Amino acid sequence: MESRRIRVRGQVQGVGFRPFVWQLARRHGVSGEVLNDPEGVLILAAGPALDAFEAALRAEAPPLARVDAIESAPHGFAAPPEGFRIAPSRGAGAETRVAPDAATCPACLAEIRSPGRRQGYAFANCTHCGPRFTILRALPYDRAKTTMAAFPMCPACRAEYEDPADRRFHAQPIACPDCGPRLTLEVEGRPLPGDPIAETARLLREGRIVAIKALGGFHLACDAANPAALRTLRERKRRPAKPFALMGPLETIRRHAHVSEAEAELLMDPAAPVVLLSTLGDGLAPLPAAVAPGMSSLGWMLPATPLHHLLLDAFGGPLVMTSGNLSGEPQAIGDAEARETLGAIADAFLLHDREIARRLDDGVERMTALGPMTLRRARGRAPGTLPLPPGFEGTPQVLACGGQLKSAICLTKNGQALLSHHLGDLDDALTWDEFRRADADMAALFDHRPAAIGCDLHPDFRASRHAAARAEAAALPLLPIQHHHAHLAACLGENAHPLEGAPVAGIVLDGLGLGDDGTVWGGELLLGDYRGFERAAHLRPAPLPGGDGAQREPWRNLLVRLDQAGMEGAADEMLSAHPLALLRQAAARGVNAPLSSSAGRLFDAFASALELVEGAQSYEGEAAMRLEALALRAPAEAARPYPFGRIDDQIDPAPMFEAWLGDRETGASPAAMAMRFHAGLARAFATPARALVESGRACAVALTGGCFQNALLLELTAAALEGLPLMVHRAVPANDGGLAFGQALVAAARALGGGAESG
Amino acid sequence: LAHGGGGRAMRDLVESVFTAAFEPPGMEDQARLTSAALAEPGARLAFTTDSFVVTPVEFPGGDIGKLAVCGTVNDLAVGGARPLWLSAAFIIEEGCEVALLRRIAATMRAEADRAGVRIVTGDTKVVQRGAADRVYVTTSGVGVIPPGREMAAGNVRPGDVALVNGVLGDHGAAILAARGDLALSTDLQSDCASLDRLIEATLAAAPGLRCARDATRGGIASALNEIAEASALSIELDETALPLRPEVKGMCEILGLDPLYLANEGTLVAFVPEDQADAALAAMRALPEGAGAVAIGRAQAGEPGRVTMRTAFGGRRIVDMLVGEQLPRIC
Ligand SMILES: [Fe+3]
Ligand SMILES: [Mg+2]
Ligand SMILES: [Zn+2]
Ligand SMILES: [Zn+2]
Repeated sequence: MESRRIRVRGQVQGVGFRPFVWQLARRHGVSGEVLNDPEGVLILAAGPALDAFEAALRAEAPPLARVDAIESAPHGFAAPPEGFRIAPSRGAGAETRVAPDAATCPACLAEIRSPGRRQGYAFANCTHCGPRFTILRALPYDRAKTTMAAFPMCPACRAEYEDPADRRFHAQPIACPDCGPRLTLEVEGRPLPGDPIAETARLLREGRIVAIKALGGFHLACDAANPAALRTLRERKRRPAKPFALMGPLETIRRHAHVSEAEAELLMDPAAPVVLLSTLGDGLAPLPAAVAPGMSSLGWMLPATPLHHLLLDAFGGPLVMTSGNLSGEPQAIGDAEARETLGAIADAFLLHDREIARRLDDGVERMTALGPMTLRRARGRAPGTLPLPPGFEGTPQVLACGGQLKSAICLTKNGQALLSHHLGDLDDALTWDEFRRADADMAALFDHRPAAIGCDLHPDFRASRHAAARAEAAALPLLPIQHHHAHLAACLGENAHPLEGAPVAGIVLDGLGLGDDGTVWGGELLLGDYRGFERAAHLRPAPLPGGDGAQREPWRNLLVRLDQAGMEGAADEMLSAHPLALLRQAAARGVNAPLSSSAGRLFDAFASALELVEGAQSYEGEAAMRLEALALRAPAEAARPYPFGRIDDQIDPAPMFEAWLGDRETGASPAAMAMRFHAGLARAFATPARALVESGRACAVALTGGCFQNALLLELTAAALEGLPLMVHRAVPANDGGLAFGQALVAAARALGGGAESG
Repeated sequence: LAHGGGGRAMRDLVESVFTAAFEPPGMEDQARLTSAALAEPGARLAFTTDSFVVTPVEFPGGDIGKLAVCGTVNDLAVGGARPLWLSAAFIIEEGCEVALLRRIAATMRAEADRAGVRIVTGDTKVVQRGAADRVYVTTSGVGVIPPGREMAAGNVRPGDVALVNGVLGDHGAAILAARGDLALSTDLQSDCASLDRLIEATLAAAPGLRCARDATRGGIASALNEIAEASALSIELDETALPLRPEVKGMCEILGLDPLYLANEGTLVAFVPEDQADAALAAMRALPEGAGAVAIGRAQAGEPGRVTMRTAFGGRRIVDMLVGEQLPRIC
């Protein structure tokens, strides 16, 4: 009989892996033990068929586990083991992992819908599903250190919890109606009698708005098919146009949106993200336009908890499920906080008596022709780890502090990167508090002791100031990293590009980031690796009249681009409602009008050319999102790219605007013009990127930056690069939500030695 | 004007322009002053200095000379001092018109008389063309803080109310308009004014006045940040309460400027205990330079040094100290 020492790496703690191994061992006649340690799970096994046992470890791993590697070596037992046991954890830093929250599994769903002690129970869960990170107060992940500590287990639950053969063996949030959390429906500060779920469904049917305490925060819910309810919600939330997320069962979603196989799989992922789904084409039942004005897709998620399943069962239609916050603020998580901030918005509160320990928004993802893409990394994905690329094995621990508007932080440790969930706009006071809490919290949770701190080159990003203060306090090196270099590094890292790999051509189409020449960048072709880069080409800079004000009002960008193209007359005619003379002077004299090569602002300019946003955008990215939505309505043959010019290393949009004006005069459809813009921009950057690869200077092309959240732009750029090795984002957002991951890699690469950043 | 190394031409200039304007008692190289004002037990001397550089040198509502007197008078006054004496030093670009210097000297004298201070000493240097922009002025000031008066940025306590004496940003907006390179037609005037009288009146009505700061460069935002830092507490502003002229607001919106960071030269922020806020406001409003006085926020226990603004939408935005030039941050 053979004996082995089997090491399992990956996401294998807190996901029912040890009981799974225990059951597997019994099935394969294996004796020995299994335990958690700082590196993952360790199995000491003796048995007749260890190859089959090892294969099953990977093939049959529990739903929430992710096995990155299995390493096995011969092992000599001092005495032949008897039976198989789950041994106590070993080593300092063991049990420092916690899995993200996971959507209700089929077994639990069946259980709440069938007669039995958990029928109709809103808080059922097991080892394969349920809350994790959102209830965690401290590690190790034990019930006593979660917000379930307030609910002593009843004997029935205790028996399940202690039985290794039960799917609730060591399920920390185990609960039942006898011992677990309970719901209350509150109207005007008083609990409403009756079944909270049935009553909530009734209120929603009546067109009311209900604040619902969910996993990582409050939602505001209303009937998605009721235009009056939608109008009320938009008015009360002061959110005129930003799309609402929707929730429904899969069959409901299919009635209102196209759901491909891959999209269905993404919806059903344990992370239960909001998935953007197309509403174009025939045979779909439309929802009121107020759900997502000007969009050709809707953000849908499946119910992720028993509470949401039961509510949808009782309600019977799609629900708006938007985050319960004031515009710009993070979601409320406490009952008192929710009553205060949402009291003027919600008619009722569906509450429960389990606290939310951690604020986590809903994640947002979408499918593209190149695979899944993460727009907002949040509940269900955090705190998942990302493996560091080859060559980073000896990396010291690094902290990176990310960007300003879609902030997130990243830690590296033990060959893994831990990219936090989306934290938000750091100029908001509550978000700023949350950001610093997250930093302190993650350092404590993961016992993180950075040897260096990375941040953006922009000194006035609050995250950069925080990084500088932390670095100074701890006497650590601070590494400011150029914004688009960090975007590039994030894309390289996600694609496992080795530290010593050849340079990559990075098409970075983005909003704004401070360049190392003091101007503001954002439409870049970089050639580089983790350590450094050169600026191979970029959009011809134009002023940003009004600084950040140019971001809010897309027409400002149209003005400067038309003027730059010598089309002042067209600007005068199209933008006559605006104070053009003053802004032209401000632009000419540099009064709050810094030069920028931003691709995001070019999107704004063109969206303004097509009159998609009249005055100010009502939310960040509105103009660009409307432009993509419009382009998707164009017939495929419309994709003739607009021409862009080339002046040395500058990509000039002037010819594009001239061609557009011609289209406009001949009465071309706005959708076709929007499509031609996308195709033109894609080609304008793909051509020089291709040249870098074909001349041997780059080994591949990486597509990154916030503009690549736009699936159409991504697909058109990929098509223009056909035949070349391509790197795109999947789990790490292409937008600033992924910045910290890139910063961490650049900082680590520099800490490991090698060349410095070049410009 | 073409004056090089000192000599007679320079002496003529000094005598005809500055000494003439600031008499009596005449400007000497060294002023000999009575220490009577300091005789009172517990009185303290206040001493401050500031340099003034502004383009254009003359603007609606004032000129660089008025700015130089008001600025130093206000520096003394917000510290609780009664301003007594000023010095004035001029760096003049070769070629600067003597008539302009005469006008500047005259406004300085007028403003000094109004504020009850005397310009008692000074200096003049002429530098070659291009080495200065027409004229720069440096003033230093001496004042006396009466016994028992304790105004300091660190004195603010939770619950104290933040008051301003009038609209924000007029000076910064007027200067921008006066530069003439933007097509701004506006009647905006700089708010440039001495605030010593206002502070005395406020103190008389609200003896608990904790501190005052004139919101000059960096605007009200910087003044508030300094106070929050010194007092180790938080300050929360109410966006809807901020007094802004519609013209200034409009200009800021178009040019993407934040009025909280626009310079003021006759606007201060003062903190008073809540129960004295009404009295303080009434006292301010009784004077022309305080006619637009309002409460704009309050101090609270909270993160030390943090200034936030409750927006019209109900959210709370952080109001930072301005660090260098504002570069766009939105990605
Ligand atoms: Fe970015
Ligand atoms: Mg000063
Ligand atoms: Zn389950
Ligand atoms: Zn129970």
